[in-house]
Amino acid sequence: MSQASIKDIEIDIVIGALHSDLTSFMNEWRPVFSRFHLIIVKDPNLKEELQIPEGFNLDIFTKSDIDQVVGTSAALHFSGYSCRYFGYLISRKKYVISIDDDCIPARDNKGVLVDAVAQHISNLTTPATPFFFNTLYDPYRKGADFVRGYPFSLRSGVTCALSCGLWLNLADHDAPTQALKPMLRNSRYVDAVMTVPARALMPVSGINIGFDREVVGPALFPGLRLAGEGKVRWETVEDIWCGMCVKVVCDHLGLGVKSGLPYVWRKEGGDPIESLRKEWEGVKLMEEVVPFFQSVRLPRSAVTAEECVVEMAATVKERLGPLDPVFARAAEAMVEWVKLWKILGAGSSSTRVQET
Amino acid sequence: MAQASVPSTPLLKDELDIVIPTIRNLDFLEMWRPFFQPYHLIIVQDGDPTKVIKVPEGFDYELYNRNDINRILGPKASCISFKDSACRCFGYMVSKKKYIYTIDDDCFVAKDPSGKDINALEQHIKNLLSPSTPFFFNTLYDPYRDGADFVRGYPFSLREGVPTAVSHGLWLNIPDYDAPTQLVKPLERNTRFVDAVLTIPKGTLFPMCGMNLGFNRELIGPAMYFGLMGDGQPIGRYDDMWAGWCMKVICDHLGWGVKTGLPYIWHSKASNPFVNLKKEYKGIYWQEELIPFFQSATLPKDCTSVQKCYIELSKQVRAKLGKVDEYFIKLADAMVTWIEAWDELNPPSEASADVTNGPAK
Repeated sequence: MSQASIKDIEIDIVIGALHSDLTSFMNEWRPVFSRFHLIIVKDPNLKEELQIPEGFNLDIFTKSDIDQVVGTSAALHFSGYSCRYFGYLISRKKYVISIDDDCIPARDNKGVLVDAVAQHISNLTTPATPFFFNTLYDPYRKGADFVRGYPFSLRSGVTCALSCGLWLNLADHDAPTQALKPMLRNSRYVDAVMTVPARALMPVSGINIGFDREVVGPALFPGLRLAGEGKVRWETVEDIWCGMCVKVVCDHLGLGVKSGLPYVWRKEGGDPIESLRKEWEGVKLMEEVVPFFQSVRLPRSAVTAEECVVEMAATVKERLGPLDPVFARAAEAMVEWVKLWKILGAGSSSTRVQET
Repeated sequence: MAQASVPSTPLLKDELDIVIPTIRNLDFLEMWRPFFQPYHLIIVQDGDPTKVIKVPEGFDYELYNRNDINRILGPKASCISFKDSACRCFGYMVSKKKYIYTIDDDCFVAKDPSGKDINALEQHIKNLLSPSTPFFFNTLYDPYRDGADFVRGYPFSLREGVPTAVSHGLWLNIPDYDAPTQLVKPLERNTRFVDAVLTIPKGTLFPMCGMNLGFNRELIGPAMYFGLMGDGQPIGRYDDMWAGWCMKVICDHLGWGVKTGLPYIWHSKASNPFVNLKKEYKGIYWQEELIPFFQSATLPKDCTSVQKCYIELSKQVRAKLGKVDEYFIKLADAMVTWIEAWDELNPPSEASADVTNGPAK
């Protein structure tokens, strides 16, 4: 299976800055990030100046940039963890990798530093296999292949649109779980990437992801905003919401989603018991959200991510809107987002530029 | 001592049978002795019934050769394959235990990355005794494992999981590739130890390998028919595949789970790819019809037992796959014969054959 050789210029690394001092974050990631262009979006609610070390090729966007570009939108909010979506919007690259600013590179079982960007790119540039589960996981990895019984017609796979990475140390559990098990840390490095099968839904964590912006950019947006949304992941579900949307879109368009490697090391932070108060809202909402997405059917006429999102927004408004105003607002945000995307987001400046 | 501390995983020694098909010898059992000795073995001897298969000392076992199969099943013995490890499913039928573990006679104890011997049976038992989560994918894999849990966003209402019907283990060293892949990559070995168990989502099919497999016989036993393979049949090396596809459709219908991943065993023998190619050849292109068939197979609500599901499937096989080849008509007949034989040998007792349907589709 030949892999397209991806040039570094086709990749943007988008970092949502929720902390002002990014010095140690950037220095830890320097061996991995320094080759690439970075888009750093400062959380509009962050008062302090950003501190960023030298030696990176980057653009920084702050509240004034966001206000200027987006204008006043009642529905779309780019604050907190959602500031990164502004970066997704204005990026002009084919691939976007995004990592939370409280994560540093992990080490694998042999103690080698994990190049999370390279792994995401590898995931995104090798096919996904959503229609039949391969028991040896990703068949395109070195030393693996399709197993006996895997139909040959399904072995060329489909484009992988989203790569969901994992976390060592502080895993992405919800507040109740972390509060119940305060010592729970993820120390298990599972050496696998796999395609999440078609029609299987999953919680997509925004902490460590990569995606093909050209193909699913419109489906990653700040949609579901909790009333008490806060500055720790325990107090958000925005990524879970658009992760479901992306999966439904991918299933509909015949694209793949992979989960597994790469790992990042997530630093300690936050108080799950403190967050419990706020997160109950998110936990309750998931009970409605999951059955809803499991039953969403998109019309044949929706053939792009934009069209899919618009259709989904209408269904969200109709079926979930009456249950809770947060859903009605999410539907509005989705519609606004697609409009904005059409004006600002569509297209990239280089699609597989061949010349050096 | 192999099992020094009080095991936190129950041994289940009176509730589990180990089914081993063999045509050569059982020398491999010596290596498994520390893990297998407490259990009752059911040996299904394939091939020449006059050959004497020596079972190592100290194991409690029953052994069936072809004469025994013919004697016990009479005309129904036609559903049990000859000259193919598919005959192992006879062992499932005669067992009286709740759980089955089946393993090939060229599979040995593997070592984990720390160098420790892997007790494959113990891991299968852990997998079978803990729930599955087929309705929503947990990105940290099996949430019931030590050191793991459900991730943020996983609905609480789905965290109880469902009963696990099958535990599908993997193999280090010789990977379970089909003949074309073996021919292209004769030297490839699986050296990657993936420390995960995961539930295969509802609605997703997979290629089930019978080399290292555990299942809850009381739940799913009648669906584990390994088909017509080997002598006199146009196909081989699709026995476990067939059982796996039927089983998964039925598990999805009845709301049970299938896990895959750990444990690993060490697969030592690479079978001859040219011999394999001859056996698999028809399967490779029939597969292209079989997969859409199973992917779109639906079972009516009134199929509330595994047997009813299986009979219904056999009707669909006859109707839809009969056109692909006459073999499928024979197979559909054999599927019915299998259920008849199963019910004869396992008359429903106080445990009703009907089970309640799982959550609505």
